[in-house]
Amino acid sequence: MSDHDAKGKTGVERIMYRQKVSDALNALSSKKAPKYATYLTAIIIFLALILLPPIIGILTKFDTMQQAFNQPVFVNRAFVAVTNSFIIALVVSLLDVIAGIPLAWLITRGKSRWLNILDTLADVPFVVPTAALGYSLLLFWNGPQGISSLFSGSLISPGWLLIALLHFTFSFPIVVRVMVGALLDYKIEFERASRTLGAAPFTAVRTVTFPILRPALIASYVLSFARSLSETGATFIVAGLFENGPVFLQNLRNEFSSGAINQGTYEGVTVFTSLTLILVSISIFALIRVFGPKLRLPIKGFWPSFERKLSYTKAATSRNTVTLLVFLGIVLLPSLFVALPAFGAILDGTLADAVTGSGLWGNYWQSLLLSYALAGTVTLLSFVIGLPMAILIARKRFGKLTSSVFDILVNIPLIVPSIALGVSLKFFWQSFAFVPEFLLLVFAHLAITYPYFVRSMSAAFERISLDMEEAARTLGAKPFGVFRTIMLPLTKYSILSGAIMVFTRSVSETGATLAVVTTLQTAPVAIVNWVRQVVPATPSEIGLGCGILVLLSFAILLVLRLLTRGRGRY
Amino acid sequence: MPNVRVVNLTKKFDGITALDNVSLMVEDKEYFSLLGPSGCGKTTLLRLIAGLIEPTSGEIYIGEKQVADVPPEDREIGFVFQTFALFPHLTVWDNVNYGPRVKNFNPEESKTVVEEVLELVKLHERLNAYPNELSGGMMQRIAVARALAAGAKILLLDEPLGQLDAKVRNEIRYEIRKMAKDLNLTAIHVTHDQAEAMSISDRIAVMKKGKVVQVGTPPELYMKPNSLFVANFIGESNLLEGLIIDAKKGKLEIELRGGAKVRTFGDGSEGDRVIVVVRPEVLVVERGEKKSKNLLKGVVNKITFEGTFIRYIIKLESEDSVIVTRPSLTEKWFEVGESITLSFEPEMAHVFPYPPSGLADEISV
Repeated sequence: MSDHDAKGKTGVERIMYRQKVSDALNALSSKKAPKYATYLTAIIIFLALILLPPIIGILTKFDTMQQAFNQPVFVNRAFVAVTNSFIIALVVSLLDVIAGIPLAWLITRGKSRWLNILDTLADVPFVVPTAALGYSLLLFWNGPQGISSLFSGSLISPGWLLIALLHFTFSFPIVVRVMVGALLDYKIEFERASRTLGAAPFTAVRTVTFPILRPALIASYVLSFARSLSETGATFIVAGLFENGPVFLQNLRNEFSSGAINQGTYEGVTVFTSLTLILVSISIFALIRVFGPKLRLPIKGFWPSFERKLSYTKAATSRNTVTLLVFLGIVLLPSLFVALPAFGAILDGTLADAVTGSGLWGNYWQSLLLSYALAGTVTLLSFVIGLPMAILIARKRFGKLTSSVFDILVNIPLIVPSIALGVSLKFFWQSFAFVPEFLLLVFAHLAITYPYFVRSMSAAFERISLDMEEAARTLGAKPFGVFRTIMLPLTKYSILSGAIMVFTRSVSETGATLAVVTTLQTAPVAIVNWVRQVVPATPSEIGLGCGILVLLSFAILLVLRLLTRGRGRY
Repeated sequence: MPNVRVVNLTKKFDGITALDNVSLMVEDKEYFSLLGPSGCGKTTLLRLIAGLIEPTSGEIYIGEKQVADVPPEDREIGFVFQTFALFPHLTVWDNVNYGPRVKNFNPEESKTVVEEVLELVKLHERLNAYPNELSGGMMQRIAVARALAAGAKILLLDEPLGQLDAKVRNEIRYEIRKMAKDLNLTAIHVTHDQAEAMSISDRIAVMKKGKVVQVGTPPELYMKPNSLFVANFIGESNLLEGLIIDAKKGKLEIELRGGAKVRTFGDGSEGDRVIVVVRPEVLVVERGEKKSKNLLKGVVNKITFEGTFIRYIIKLESEDSVIVTRPSLTEKWFEVGESITLSFEPEMAHVFPYPPSGLADEISV
């Protein structure tokens, strides 16, 4: 609009102009060709930009794997690392579901008004960029000021246990979020019916509520699992000498840069590891998809008197207490522990350095700017290319089969470990030397965040009854008009929360970022480099660097909460 | 205002025929109902007329115009959904004003239109309420008002009263008819409730398994059903199995199961297996044994008081049960266990050939 303003158009003219645009779009939308062209474009962009590049990328390097097999030491390391990844993901996600459900329960069914705050706090580890989270946990469990100060020596050293704790922490909010949503949508009449038939509360939940919510239980497990497999930045920080898949890939890259291994070995082992990670995770998800719905929960047996004991006051109180303690002690407090050195930084002058941008801070601000510019671009693009896809899936525009095929395809990037995705993308795009690095980053982040947006949007569209659309059509609205006046207003909070999810995910993303860039540095990458002392940094500098990231994330969380408060559900 | 004509209309969903070669004419300004059990294709027909789905084959005319290529928004229809489909994010006013707005009426004009229709449905207060703050009856009125405000010439109503409780339903059904008549609209009303269809329609099309079985005014359907299905679906009927033992010029003598002989009128020839249909209010009940024509002996098995009527279940000597309804205040009641005689006038019964697919299948809904 700005150029029109410059030509001195009046407000009325602008409104008329807008009306003309909307009329033109309305007229276009009632013809078949432009409508299908929109959907086709969305499909083509999805295939060309998101699905195919990583596949082609890894296939072009397929033959380098031969070199990997000549290096049994590396193959062995890769094998151990990948196994570690899956063991940690499988176990931690299970623990997350077990610990997350009681909290989700407390949030949705509890009566205290403090629960709103608890609800918000549960999101904290989700919006805090994982690199900062990793450092915070490292300080809490291992640092001299943390929990270890109560004992002699450090309580938990970097290694598998710290990785498990870390993954537990950042997957926890995913489980809570999914289960809170499911419990809110759940028709409580079923449970009440069970109670009127004589079941104690615990029995009612176990035999009625959980079986009905099984899809949500599986979804929360899957999401938590995928997140654990993918996470790189924070894991790298707390890994020490321990290697899981992403850490191994990153170590390999460092060994290659430092000249310890040659290019052939590097590429061969990288392709081997990535491919193994991808194939194993796809098979696991396929298994979950096929067998998940058939999974039998322990619902057959009945132990009335035992479950009656579990249901009433004392048991419920102790359950809630344990839940809260786990949440506060293992999730929340460690996540926010980085505030300690961050506050320290205010006193010892680091803050002044940071504000003036001296020393390593100039770079820091640049990477912060890059991170947010990147996240903004990715969010916008996700919206533009993801929305038609979401509608196509939700409204089955090209038939049921096409719809479910795309529903599965869209989710693939979600389950592929992001560093493997990044590696494959890098292989693909490096043959197009003219593509600037920023664009490469955009493509990588887009591939990772796209499923989040499309999933949440297609779910939102599915929730709108088709009657709404049809009513609008019979009242005279053109297809584009229906979209603008009915679909968009009814889903705007989902769009907003989808966008914020994409945004925070992009700001957090480390694995794929490390894999595709050589010169550009995003904020989490900067933090990882500081912590690993690639760039020498003092503890208070790292603390402040993390603190700023956390603070900005909080600001975003707050905006989201304010915008969606008390609305979004009709 | 236009008439609506469908010609040889067929709709298949994934190979299942929902509507099977239906032809129908709805006259200008007529209040027309599509009546049938669930799954009979009545809603499919309505949605085809609205343009919400496309026919597999056949044509739809609104006025003289074939509307195959006309999208729903340009068919000048108003559609009232069973779920009302009020937009939850818009107020009452904005819901009703939606049609005028998307059709680019000028604001003055739309304001007048919206006020008029809200006046019409008696809901000119609570304009700023959101749908979830309204009662079912109110939501229903708003749904109708919204359809009218968009300038509908044809009102299509898909089970519009299905979600309302009985009392409100009875009130609103007459209101909708009155509104359609006052505004000279052509209305097509889908329902599975025969009492509802009978009480408000000019004409009714009874549908079964994707086909139209009979079209007629309510009295025609009740008094001259063309099939066992219609006879059984519209109102209540007693179905008595029998065999024609004599047939002369439309006069039939039929031996019912159990041996009783009755005389009536109808088509058929000696030896045909038939069903005799007798409405419950046609049967006269008398104490003890009588000597007259068309006698059926039995015992009172059950009595139900229904306000205006009293309903008897009579067990005949043949072990068949029949229903009899009699006025409750103007006649003496019988008692359970009492032996009685039933009789009916020959011209008050209908005779249909025994359905080849069996009685249960023919009358199944």
